[in-house]
Order: sequence, then C-alpha cells, then structure tokens
Amino acid sequence: MESIGVLLVAQVIPYLEQELEKRYKLFRVWEYPQLPIEHANSIRAVVGNASAGANAALIEALPKLEIVSSFSVGVDMIDLDTCKEKGIRVTNTPDVLTEEVADLSIGLMLALLRRICQCDRYVRAGNWKKGDFKLTTKFSGKTVGIIGLGRIGEAVAKRAEGFNCPICYYSRTEKRDSKYKYYPNVVELASNCDILVVACPLTKETHHIINREVINALGPKGYLINIGRGKHVDEAELVSALQDGRLGGAGLDVFENEPVVPEELFGLENVVLLPHVGSGTIETRHAMADLVLGNLEAHFLGKPLLTPLV
Amino acid sequence: MAEKKQTLPRVLVVGPPTCFATLQPLYSHKFHFIHFEPYALSLSLQNFLHHHCPFSIPAILCSSNYSLSAHLLRLLPDLRLVVTTSAGTDHIDLRECRRRGIQVAAAGHLFSQDVADMAVALLIDVMRKISAADRCLRTHNLNNTPWDLFTFGSKLSGKRIGIIGLGSVGMEVAKRLGSFGCIILYNSKHKKATVSYPFYSSVVELATNCDALVVCCALNEQTKHIINREVILALGKGRFIVNVGRGGLIDEKQLVKCLREGEIGGAALDVFENEPYVPEELRAMNNVVLSPHCAAFTAESLMNLCELVAGNLEAFFLNKPLITPVMLPE
Repeated sequence: MESIGVLLVAQVIPYLEQELEKRYKLFRVWEYPQLPIEHANSIRAVVGNASAGANAALIEALPKLEIVSSFSVGVDMIDLDTCKEKGIRVTNTPDVLTEEVADLSIGLMLALLRRICQCDRYVRAGNWKKGDFKLTTKFSGKTVGIIGLGRIGEAVAKRAEGFNCPICYYSRTEKRDSKYKYYPNVVELASNCDILVVACPLTKETHHIINREVINALGPKGYLINIGRGKHVDEAELVSALQDGRLGGAGLDVFENEPVVPEELFGLENVVLLPHVGSGTIETRHAMADLVLGNLEAHFLGKPLLTPLV
Repeated sequence: MAEKKQTLPRVLVVGPPTCFATLQPLYSHKFHFIHFEPYALSLSLQNFLHHHCPFSIPAILCSSNYSLSAHLLRLLPDLRLVVTTSAGTDHIDLRECRRRGIQVAAAGHLFSQDVADMAVALLIDVMRKISAADRCLRTHNLNNTPWDLFTFGSKLSGKRIGIIGLGSVGMEVAKRLGSFGCIILYNSKHKKATVSYPFYSSVVELATNCDALVVCCALNEQTKHIINREVILALGKGRFIVNVGRGGLIDEKQLVKCLREGEIGGAALDVFENEPYVPEELRAMNNVVLSPHCAAFTAESLMNLCELVAGNLEAFFLNKPLITPVMLPE
C-alpha cells in the first residue's frame, strides 16, 4: 500500500496524519507550493477537512485521483459535481460526530442566554465583591427553531426537549413523520422561535440562508446559533444587527473566513465565540479519523465504502 | 398616608434581597416594609432595633446572604414568620424556629428549572471548554492563529453522571442529561422508590463510578463537605465536578489542591464557601468555570419570586397556610 499517493490538504489530528504516513505515500500540500508532476501522477486519494477539500482545479491537477475522504461531515469544500462527473468517490464522517456537535449547540444556547462566559469573567476580575451579577434569560421552555432536521438537527431537538423547549423546523421538504412543527420558509421559522439553530449542509441554496430579513424576523429577543458553516450567515449583516440591537444575541462556532473573527464581536457580551470546536474532543476526532482510514482502506481493497456521499 | 401605613402588617426586610427593588413598589400598599441594611449601615440588628425600630416585628424577609442565628431570632420576641427568597435554608436556625413556633417559607421549587439549566450549562462549559475558548478567541485571536491548535474538550453524551441530591433540582438535572444519553447515578439521603436510576449510599463509590459529579443537595450538618478529598480523588483524573448547591458542600481547599495537582479534570462552580470571595488560585485556572451564585437569577424567576414572597406574606397575615412552607427539624 506504501506506493499509493495520498495528498493531505489540511491539518488533521496527529493520529490520522501518522496512520496515513504509515499506510501510504503521504504528501502534505503545505510542503509543496508547486506539486511536481511525478508526485501529482501518483496521488490516488485526497484527505481534507471542514476548511479545505478538493476544488475543480485540484481535481484537474491530479489525473489519478480516485477518492476524496473528508475529515468532516460537511463537504462544501469539495466540488461534488466534478467528482461525480469523473467517477471520483467522496466520503465524509457522519454519525460519529452527531452527538458531539449537538452537545455543543445546547452548550452555546445555555452559555448565551445565561451569560456563562460573562459570569466567569465577572468572578475572575474580582467584580463579585462589588455586587451581584445581573439577571439573565431563562433557557428552559424557549422555542427552538432548527434549520435542517438531519442527524445533527434531530439530536439538537432531542436535547432541547429535555429542557421542555417546543421544537419547530425548516428543511427542504417537510418530514411527514416528524412530531415537530414545520415552517415552509426560514423567515417564518425565525418569526416563530426564540432560538434559531443552523444545522443544515452548506450548498449554493443555503449560502447566506441567514440574511437581514431572517435576522430581523428573529429580532431583539431572538438568538442565532450557528454550528453549520460560516457562509450560512451573512456575517456583515449579523455584526450590524448585533451592534444595532436588532438581534438578541448569537452563539457562533463557525465564521465566514476562519480563522478570522470580526473584531466588532469581541466587545459584545451577547455573543459566544468558539474556534470551530463542534466535533472537538479526542474521542470524536479519533472516531472520525478511523472513518477516514476505514474508507480509504475499503476503497483500495475494492470493498464497499463505509460512508460514501458520491 | 403615614397613619395608614402604621396599620399595615409589618415586615422587617433585611439586606435587602435583590428582588426587593421589584417587590417593594408592587406590594408597599399591602405591607409596611421596614428596611434594615446591615452591610450599608454596618449596624447590628440589636442596635438597629433599639434605635430605629420601635415596632414589634411579626415577619422578616431576607435572602440567603443573611444568617438568622438563634441569637438574632431572640432579638425579635414577636417574630412568627421568616420568609427567605432562596430555596436553601442553611442560613436559618430552623431548630430555633421550631422551638419558638416561627413558621418559615422559602422558594420551594421556583428556581429548580433555572438552577438545573445552570448545572447543565456549567457542565457542558467545563467539559467542552466553552468559556475558555471564548476567552482565548477574544484575547488572542488578533494574531489569527490557527484553530486546530486549540485543546480538545471531553465528550458529554453517553457519559455516567453522578447526581448528589435527587430533590427537585437533581431530578430536573437528571431529566436534562438523560436527553443527552447520559447514564444517571445518584446519592441522596434516602433511596427514591419512584426512580430507576442506580442509587449509591456511598458518595465515594458513586464518584468512583461516574465521569462527572453534579452537586445539587441542601447544605446541613450531614452534608457539610460531602465532597471531600477522598471523593475528589475517587472521581479522578480527567473527570469533572459541578456545584450549584452551596459552597459548604465541597471542601474548597482540597478542591483547589486537587485541581492544582491535576487529580481531577476540572470544576464548574456557582457557589463558594466564603462568597463573594473566590480563591485567587481558582480565578487563575483555565480548567474551571466560575459563576457568582446566580443559578436562580433569571428575569423570569424574579417575577415569579416576587409573586411567591407576597403570596406567602399574605397567607400568613390572613392566618392561612403558607404556599411554600419549610418543614422544620425536631
């Protein structure tokens, strides 16, 4: 297997990198500003993550490419159409990170409404001696609206129900056997919930699905939680709405141009900012790595892929 | 107007409790509130009563910040009712109240959901490093350093959670964590026949068998320092403790020592042994989440609390049963 060329296009956990190194001839894209032709011709697999995958240009440059295995569940950084055209397989890491991301979503909601980060700052700065912290907003019983009722959306709903939160959702098609209330568009969903969660894949259709209209519908007592992709949200509009007080608050794990976070957000106390840690535990990243390795192994042994998308 | 006030039932308000700013305008037409601000005036109750309060006091309203010891209670010979704005009653000498026939009303289950929400909020935060990450981004991100270098958290879903105290708050915590697929174990004064969660009579054994402990029981003689060094070590490396009960439930010195020495993974605390003082060492640690005893302080709870306090006072002065009476010990 050592002669199989694998191109690593993003930073992954050491465990995955080491295993790829052991099993294949591993090329790290950052070590080759210009990939020599003889290497390009030996590359049969690309391993990427949430921030880097395989666009049309890269696919063209790797004539022997057979499979793109993403160390993420979102594949918006992979040109799926081009892969389909050329018969290139694509795999991702569903299921193993569902619970982790859903846990974090609830954590963001709680941190935002109950001002946990500010509480912590208050105590650390020694301000408690001067007086009590102010009142925050109750979380239990608030209506949670979910965009995308897939694996992660359902897991978020199940957890929010433990807090007596009514659940409603928007998705491309209504889920006939769902017990949750369906809204046919995002603006209506935003108008009818207290906390709006983005949990759908990023596609051309869902780019900037959170725009000014949706933000205004959510309103000064509404909260946005983004655990999808930064590009789901019109970030400039979001920042402006938060500064104007047109939106109650936002909990963000992802940003349009990671690792850049709009500086205006740093001074706001009604936001919680996280560095894309949705799946960020050793346990889950290991499970994701095993899926990447398992998919590659299955492919090169001519066996059925574990989690194919294309 | 002043004369009319003299005929209204009298309530000595100590503190005042945070909710009083909202309570007073709503109910000053029903009760004659007499203010005693011990912290502002540096005055003892004895001096205050002697110099500023010629009335007999039948009822007192306080928060958990003010200790109603037997000594203080004896300064009020006509006292028949204590109303505290807290769910906890460890600041009141309940035995003395029983001896004197003084009724006590507390907050009952009013705050249980908010406190349970806070317990889960603190648990997710310390396990997934939410506050730490937010803090890091706000202070270090100006260099736009790569994010894959941020230290990983610990998974919550499916983990074994030991709840100390399965009362109203404990049950709400169990329900919430149950929806994360967590396995709930508990220790309580008595095993509860109506729940199927595994019961542990030994707190050490419970700690040995879980990934995180959530402390939500009342503070009394039996539960003081229920979380001691032995329990913390039994919980072990990489594991977590959350406290939304009272500071006195945990041996704070030992907790700090164990955190410093890496004997446990982290702690999230809403309460401390000597509020509002929090050990400086804790305030500098990255694997702790600290909050200023505000688990019950939501805007929603405030309104409910005002209604409840007024309701208890009203019931008392009309010789009706209290809404949320506290059972007094023998």
